[in-house]
Amino acid sequence: MSSALSIRQLTKTYSNGFQALKGIDLDVAEGDFFALLGPNGAGKSTTIGILSSLVNKSGGTVSVFGHDLDRDPAGLKRCLGVVPQEFNFNQFEKIFDILVTQAGYYGILPKVARERAEYYLHQLGLWDKRDEASRMLSGGMKRRLMIARALIHHPRLLILDEPTAGVDIELRRSMWNFLIELNRQGITIILTTHYLEEAEQLCRNIGIIDHGRIVENTSMRELLKQLHEEVFLLDLQQSLRSLPDLRGYRTQLLDDHTLEVQVEKSRGMNELFRQLAEQGIEVLSLRNKTNRLEELFVSLVESNLHKDPE
Amino acid sequence: MNVELRANLVALGTIVLREIRRFARIWPQTLLPPGITMVLYFAIFGRLIGNRIGEMGGFSYIEYIVPGLIMMAVITNSYSNVVSSFFSIKFQRSIEELLVSPVSPHVILIGFALGGVCRGLAVGVIVSVLSMFFINLQVHHLGVTVLVVTLTATIFSLGGFINAIFARNFDDISIVPTFVLTPLTYLGGVFYSIDLLPPFWQSISLVNPILHMVNAFRYGILGVSDIRIGVALAFMLVASATLYAVSIRLLRSGRGMRQ
Repeated sequence: MSSALSIRQLTKTYSNGFQALKGIDLDVAEGDFFALLGPNGAGKSTTIGILSSLVNKSGGTVSVFGHDLDRDPAGLKRCLGVVPQEFNFNQFEKIFDILVTQAGYYGILPKVARERAEYYLHQLGLWDKRDEASRMLSGGMKRRLMIARALIHHPRLLILDEPTAGVDIELRRSMWNFLIELNRQGITIILTTHYLEEAEQLCRNIGIIDHGRIVENTSMRELLKQLHEEVFLLDLQQSLRSLPDLRGYRTQLLDDHTLEVQVEKSRGMNELFRQLAEQGIEVLSLRNKTNRLEELFVSLVESNLHKDPE
Repeated sequence: MNVELRANLVALGTIVLREIRRFARIWPQTLLPPGITMVLYFAIFGRLIGNRIGEMGGFSYIEYIVPGLIMMAVITNSYSNVVSSFFSIKFQRSIEELLVSPVSPHVILIGFALGGVCRGLAVGVIVSVLSMFFINLQVHHLGVTVLVVTLTATIFSLGGFINAIFARNFDDISIVPTFVLTPLTYLGGVFYSIDLLPPFWQSISLVNPILHMVNAFRYGILGVSDIRIGVALAFMLVASATLYAVSIRLLRSGRGMRQ
C-alpha cells in the first residue's frame, strides 16, 4: 500500500530557542486511520502546523501522497484537509459563504462549490444554519463546520486536531460514525485526541510523540498487547463484608458491592470467574477501571520522561 | 486553459469578490462616511471659504480642490480597506484558510490589492458624483485621470497590505493613516498650489509622493499641475513595483503569519 504521509528527520526550533521537534520519522499508509497522541506540548500541533503550512519547519522532509512540501507545496495542499484545534473562520461570514469561499481558494468553480457546500452542510446537520454568521453557532456546530470546510476540496488525507474537544457524547459519537464512513470511502485520516477511548475505538495504527520525538509507532493491536495487566471493576449482586480469597489475583474492595481485580494477561479471566462461582459470588457487570490505551500511554510517556528529562 | 492557471484565476476571483462583498456589506462604515466628509469639505472649504479666496491656478477655489479631495478619499479608503481586512483575518486567524490552500502568494496579494483598488475607485466615483452638485466636473484627460487614480489606489492598497503584515494589534493599523497619510495628504497640495510656498518649502514639498499623485490627477481633471506628469507617472509605476516586491517577499516569508 502506498504512503499517504512520509516524514523524515523533521525538526523545528522556534525563534525563542525551544526545540519542539527533534527529528521525527513517521509514515502513514494510504487508507489508514491513524492516531497521533502525546501529552500537551509534545509536538503534535507543531507537526500538524508544518504539514498544513502554518509553521515553517527547521529541517527534514515532508511529503503527502508523493508531493514534497518544499518542491510541490501546492500539490501537497490539494491532497490535504486540516481541521485545526482552534476555531479559525471569519466570525462575521455566513457559514455557506465560508465553505464556498474555501472551495474557491482551491480553484473549485462557484457552481460546484455551492453543490459541495450544500452536500456537506446536509451531511453534518448544518443546512438549517447555512445563512447564519459563524459566530452564532454553538461549539459543536463550529467543529462540524470546520470538518465540512476541510472536506470541501475532497482531500485524500484528512488531519483532525482534537476534533471532539468540548463536544457532548451524542455528537461525539455521531462524529465518530461520520469519520468512520469517510475512512471507508478511502480517505486517510490522522487524528490527535486527548480522549484515548476515541483513539482506541477509531484508529488502526498509532504514533506516540513526546518531547519532540516519536516514542512509539505501531498498530493499535500490537500496542495493546504490551499491556501485561488490566484492572477490572466487578459490580456484585450481594454485598461483601470482607475481601474474598482469589488465588493468583490482587484484589481490593472499593465498597461492599464493588470489587477491583488486577488480572495478568497470562492468567486470563476464566480462572477468576471459576473462583468467584465457587464462593457463591455473583457478578452483575464488569468494566475496565481505566481505558487500556490510557494505561499504556501513561506508562510510555513516563518511561520517556525518565530517558529525556528536558 | 492550463489547470493551474484556471485554479489561480478562480482563487483570485474568490478573494476579490469576498473583499468587495465585505466592504459593500458594511457600507455605512466604508462608503457612506467619505461621501459625508467630502460634501462638508465642498460646502465649507469650497463654497463658504472658497468664494472669499478667489481663483487658484486659473480656476475657482472649489474647482481647484475637488480633484485633490477625490484623491484624498481614494488614498484613505484603498489603504484602510486592505489594512483592516488583512489584519482582521490575521487577528481572527481565518488567514489560515488561505495559508493551508494552494493559493499562490501572488494571487493573495493581487486579490487583496484589487479589493483595495475597488473600494478606492468606488469611493472616488461616489465623491466625484457628489462634487457635481457643487461644480460642473469635466475631465480634461480621461486616460491620465483613470491611470493616475488606479495607480494611486494600487500604491496605497499595497502600503496597507505591508502595514497589516507588520501590525500586531489594532493600534498598529491606525498609526500610519493618522501620523503619516493624513499629514502628507494635507501637505500634498490638496488645498493649495505649491506656487504659494516660499522656494525652500516648494523643494521640500516635492519629496512628498502624494503631491505628485494629487497634481497628476488634477492635471487629468483640470489640465493644470505644479509638477511634470511624466515624472509623476514614472514615480507611481516604480513605487507600485517596489511595494509589490516588498509585499511578496513578506508574504513568502510568512512574517506575522507563520511561526
